[in-house]
Amino acid sequence: MRRFVAEKAKRALSSYLLSSSRSHPSPSLTSSPLKFYSTAASMASKLNPPVTVDTLNPKVLKCEYAVRGEIVTHAQRLQEELQTQPGSHPFDEILYCNIGNPQSLAQQPITFFREVLALTDHPALLDKSESAALFSSDSIERAWQILDVIPGRATGAYSHSQGVKGLRDAIAAGIDARDGFPSNPDDIFLTDGASPAVHMMMQLLIRTENDGILCPIPQYPLYSASIALHGGSLVPYYLNEGTGWGLEISELTKQLEEARSKGITVRALVVINPGNPTGQVLAEENQRQIVEFCKKEGLVLLADEVYQENIYVDDKSFNSFKKIARSMGYGEDDLSVVSFQSVSKGYYGECGKRGGYMEITGFSADVREQIYKVASVNLCSNISGQILASLVMNPPKVGDESYESYMAEKDGILQSLARRAKALEDAFNSMEGVTCNKAEGAMYLFPRIHLPQKAIDAAKAVNKAPDAFYAQRLLEATGIVVVPGSGFGQVPGTWHFRCTILPQEDKIPGIISHFKAFHESFMSEYRD
Amino acid sequence: MAKPLDYESLNENVKKTAYAVRGELYLRASELQKEGKKIIFTNVGNPHALGQKPLTFPRQVVALCQAPFLLDDPNVGLLFPADAIARAKHYLQLTSGGLGAYSDSRGIPGVRKEVAEFIERRDGYPTDPELIFLTDGASKGVMQMLNAIIRNENDGILVPVPQYPLYSAAITLYGGSLVPYYLEEEANWSLDFNNIRQSIASARSKGITVRAMVIINPGNPTGQCLSEANIRELLRFCFLENLVLLADEVYQQNIYQDERPFISARKILFDMGPPLSKEVQLVSFHTVSKGYWGECGQRGGYFEMTNLSPKTVDEIYKVASISLSPNVPGQIFMGLMVNPPKPGDISYFKFEQESKAIMESLRKRARIMTDGFNSCRNVVCNFTEGAMYSFPQIRLPARAIEAAKSAGKAPDVLYCLKLLEATGISTVPGSGFGQKEGVFHLRTTILPAEEDMPAIMESFKKFNDAFMEEYEDYRGYSRM
Repeated sequence: MRRFVAEKAKRALSSYLLSSSRSHPSPSLTSSPLKFYSTAASMASKLNPPVTVDTLNPKVLKCEYAVRGEIVTHAQRLQEELQTQPGSHPFDEILYCNIGNPQSLAQQPITFFREVLALTDHPALLDKSESAALFSSDSIERAWQILDVIPGRATGAYSHSQGVKGLRDAIAAGIDARDGFPSNPDDIFLTDGASPAVHMMMQLLIRTENDGILCPIPQYPLYSASIALHGGSLVPYYLNEGTGWGLEISELTKQLEEARSKGITVRALVVINPGNPTGQVLAEENQRQIVEFCKKEGLVLLADEVYQENIYVDDKSFNSFKKIARSMGYGEDDLSVVSFQSVSKGYYGECGKRGGYMEITGFSADVREQIYKVASVNLCSNISGQILASLVMNPPKVGDESYESYMAEKDGILQSLARRAKALEDAFNSMEGVTCNKAEGAMYLFPRIHLPQKAIDAAKAVNKAPDAFYAQRLLEATGIVVVPGSGFGQVPGTWHFRCTILPQEDKIPGIISHFKAFHESFMSEYRD
Repeated sequence: MAKPLDYESLNENVKKTAYAVRGELYLRASELQKEGKKIIFTNVGNPHALGQKPLTFPRQVVALCQAPFLLDDPNVGLLFPADAIARAKHYLQLTSGGLGAYSDSRGIPGVRKEVAEFIERRDGYPTDPELIFLTDGASKGVMQMLNAIIRNENDGILVPVPQYPLYSAAITLYGGSLVPYYLEEEANWSLDFNNIRQSIASARSKGITVRAMVIINPGNPTGQCLSEANIRELLRFCFLENLVLLADEVYQQNIYQDERPFISARKILFDMGPPLSKEVQLVSFHTVSKGYWGECGQRGGYFEMTNLSPKTVDEIYKVASISLSPNVPGQIFMGLMVNPPKPGDISYFKFEQESKAIMESLRKRARIMTDGFNSCRNVVCNFTEGAMYSFPQIRLPARAIEAAKSAGKAPDVLYCLKLLEATGISTVPGSGFGQKEGVFHLRTTILPAEEDMPAIMESFKKFNDAFMEEYEDYRGYSRM
């Protein structure tokens, strides 16, 4: 028996060796074949593959992003169940109110923008006379203008790593027109959405876990995730829910000093204006205080301004932080500001295009070189997204053929967003134990739910945060997906959820009635 | 007043990172271009920038997807063939609301399914679309994987020398250690496992845990196509040394010889059967930027994971979700690339014609360039078997090396700068890719238009031979 096994093993080994030696002859094979088996690693490999969850970068393990987190995975499962077993749930469809993704909920793109993009994606169309019948004349003209600034009219070529120069010129002109202060095209870095630009800045700023970044609480969790990924420390500053999510300098100062006393070097201040998830639009005076604070404390101001075109109240308007700083007389030598913009929000809602930019001002030449270098490793952002960014910052003007239809589309979307924001805000405020600040801007409502102790205990019993527990019950009862407030941060002991204002207007009444019905039944179940 | 972010207070890893492809030579070339000099940019694999035309069919499909209202227009058939129209409808249906909606963070499920079907057709083994993640270009995928693997400076990644410097840049950015293994120039840039074993042993003796091995096949900048035997040995090596294999296969369509066609690492892994096929961890990368598509500007790519645990895949998914989703038009380009027009389709003939023309021309240019370099004094060039580059060895005379030292520049950088000033040809010095000590190269692409090639090679030869004349020792004294 033993001899049989030994023979079998010998045969196996020799057939292995035969197949090795049949391969391209190389010096390495003439060394003892048994060396192959002697490495300690070979014994380890069966038990410990090189890449397992235990051997992943701990920063990757640590970071979180609730917007596409657990509740969404659960919703997707339920959605599948609805398809395979219709009638298995007390609702017909999943209503995704978790993510600012307007066009996934039937918002229509701006026609003029898509005309231009179709023409620049397939420039051969411009040589055909039939195109005049299918495209507006100004979209054709704009497509030509854009192709003229792209070398060789090659939209399939890598561009300059900061983005096509001519498109940056157009964006700089758009910023100038918006702010009344000039913008330098060489300060602009076009990126695949605003998020990669945020990551780039975190990468530059964070050296060790002793580098801190001041972030609003609640915040859009890209910031917490990016800081964790880059190994830094998030220094929270709390927005004041009682004063419409007010940003108080006293709170900034307090958090800054506390961080410093713990040995943290605070490098930058993140301000999201209009706010996400909180929706507040900062007053100019507030912005001036923030600018002064950054200047005084030597912080880079990271201004997330992606919702600049989403303002729903007449008494507030968007002011870029760069404009505020310039209007205070502060120039390149006084303040370092990075302004982020995106094509994903506003009235254009072109999330899937991944277009955006950061405008960096107040940095020395050698730092700018380093920023350029990091951008160059990825070569460039997608060209179609770059073109769209230039369109967003330079839309049709009075007198253009498409101007009126463009304005009708834009106003239609913005007015509808304002109505939906109001309807949902009122609905939430009418619910027992729920208070909801107004959404002055952005795309979200962030109501506070005062959960009864019984509900909090029930959540603890299943090892869930109370707001996550509430959100899950809501999903299971109504198919509505919101993101628990713990995904954004909140004052400890308070509970919120973030709900977008994006479902189509005709769906809003249904959402409101189902939400209210669920809430009433939840409160009945858990009321103290 | 000190700025809040000045050079001194930058992340050290950023400062250490180098990426020569758009480094010193490129910046100098751009300056000269601004001054009015005619520059031939051969520093980066960017076909459309050098006159290669996009394939018609994918552009038609994506244009229709951009402007779906065209599909409702009765005249759309005047501008677009029926199969492009049908395909646009197909992709629009697969999206979650057209091109303007974030897709699944891993990419549109229907497109990932098409990628999986492509892989199965290519390799003869099924694959799971859930293990295929679409990315904004292959580079983003490479960076995501390296970021996931590298924990600290004691984690090493085996990287070929010469290599495409995305790898060295990413490893530096993420704070890991690059463990080099040298490709054998005299043996057609093949793998030398003795050398690889030495490299890994040396790294381990310094306390480095070698986690992964990068292989670029076809090679960049070296252009070699690995033999099946080499790949088998490589997989066995990774199995024994407990390494995850990162297989950069972005040039798989660019093959200019028939002896060694492209075979994916995954196919060979599965051919080898268990235990390797069940144990060896592999991540394979592909893109729409290369091949005969050359759609660099779309930023479309994917990576496919083999034998990574579900928990690991989940973590990688989590990181992908922070960036929400890859760009949707790029995803559609990927779908079209893996699922091109078939015989019988209206657009098939034109698509085939366009593709063939590009491939045949690339094959010719690979030859023209290799032969052209080999005809130059002190230049030796391996044949470009695949990819898009030529990587000639420039045997610089001692005096040229001294001149470079005095100028404070690497010898091949000096050579390439002088080449640029004299001819307008913008290349990347070999030092940007790594090379053996004292051996110099430059990388150029085979992408300039075929009709421009002879003039470019002549211009190079004129410069090179004059350069060698100038710097070779005692040349002028030979008659004394």
